[in-house]
Amino acid sequence: MNKRAAAKRGELPRYRSFHPGTQPEYNYPPYASTQKRCPTQPLVVAPQTLSELTGPVFGYGDIKPTDNDLTRQHRGEPIGERIVVSGRVLDENGKAVPHTLVEVWQANCSGRYPHRTDQHDAPLDPNFSGAGRTMTDAEGRYRFVSIRPGEYPWRNHYNAWRPAHIHFSLFGPAFLTRMVTQMYFPGDPLLEFDPMYNSIADQKARIRLISVFDWENTVPEWALAYRFDIVLRGRDATPMEP
Amino acid sequence: MSLYASGNQTVGPYLHIGLDWLTTRDIAARGAKGERVAIEGRLLDGEGVGVSDGLVEIWQANSHGKYAHPQDQQKKRLERGFRGFGRIPTDDQGAFRFTTIKPGRVPGPGATLQAPHLVVAVFMRGMLKHLATRIYFPDEQSNAEDPLLKLVPPARRATLIAKRKAKSALEWNIILQGKNETVFFDF
Repeated sequence: MNKRAAAKRGELPRYRSFHPGTQPEYNYPPYASTQKRCPTQPLVVAPQTLSELTGPVFGYGDIKPTDNDLTRQHRGEPIGERIVVSGRVLDENGKAVPHTLVEVWQANCSGRYPHRTDQHDAPLDPNFSGAGRTMTDAEGRYRFVSIRPGEYPWRNHYNAWRPAHIHFSLFGPAFLTRMVTQMYFPGDPLLEFDPMYNSIADQKARIRLISVFDWENTVPEWALAYRFDIVLRGRDATPMEP
Repeated sequence: MSLYASGNQTVGPYLHIGLDWLTTRDIAARGAKGERVAIEGRLLDGEGVGVSDGLVEIWQANSHGKYAHPQDQQKKRLERGFRGFGRIPTDDQGAFRFTTIKPGRVPGPGATLQAPHLVVAVFMRGMLKHLATRIYFPDEQSNAEDPLLKLVPPARRATLIAKRKAKSALEWNIILQGKNETVFFDF
């Protein structure tokens, strides 16, 4: 099949299905809130059409260049251990995902979010809002400066604590590459008890949500660094026959 | 090189902190052509309670049936300023509301044409990976020949078609469980 003619008819290479065990189930009893919020009917398997093979396009004009520094959003500096979080966004073919929007949000260093429903008895930090965004560059690289988030309790089960994490939201080139995930920190003793982390059945896939201590990107006398690479769905090599 | 996609994780209860900056309730703000509609509804959990920590994202073509995306190579008109993206957080009652224009028809698999529709992603606390669904339009003859609606059991198709409340006001709810459970897709 002629690739260009196929593309004109809206027939583009399809995105691969997720590899078994690498994605959480909607109904995951250890995370209690999934029980009333998961579909009970099977999902309807559908062909990927132009509507799903395209997706919103964002540009550098949508953000400010300083939006990737969570330590510079207020008059003073936030309390906490300054960190650099960087990495690459790739697809399943190992190809960089350039110029795509990356959004992050996280708790402050004492494990508190500046959100009206967060009632955790830990101090807010007037110099930390905990949100940032950036665009990946031509090689799919991104970089944030922040402070290391604190762990915090939640009410999922007795004495439940979330491991330290940063929420990541990514778009990629299509509706089908949309992803929201969480980045964890190496050596966190809470990971093995965390239902969200453990909702990924495949051990290798689970471990890939843990950032790696990144000696190369540490800034002497200033900040430690963590590396977190993210892989979005990738396409099959050839267009699907209609 | 071949890799596997990273695992999805929930947006959690504090999604607003990171995502509200891009809230877009008026998808067709800047003089876009087409029939204007307001769409409102509620995101309801298995007990019929509104989900207050949720978010819907919309992706749609313009009224000519063209997506503002480089891979849409149809010879149809793009409209400057029309991105086709909406992001609408739910309120304390789980309600959401946005305005847009009814999109044109876009090609489906093979030689088919799809009925006008909006693509929807649903995020919330208590959901580890977002759900994908669609909004179709009422009083639309082409719904009968839509290749995706045809895959949905007839009794459940109505969950994907908005109801007309007034001339340009539609209602469409996301019901996660129960009798009128919304159809979600696996692409």
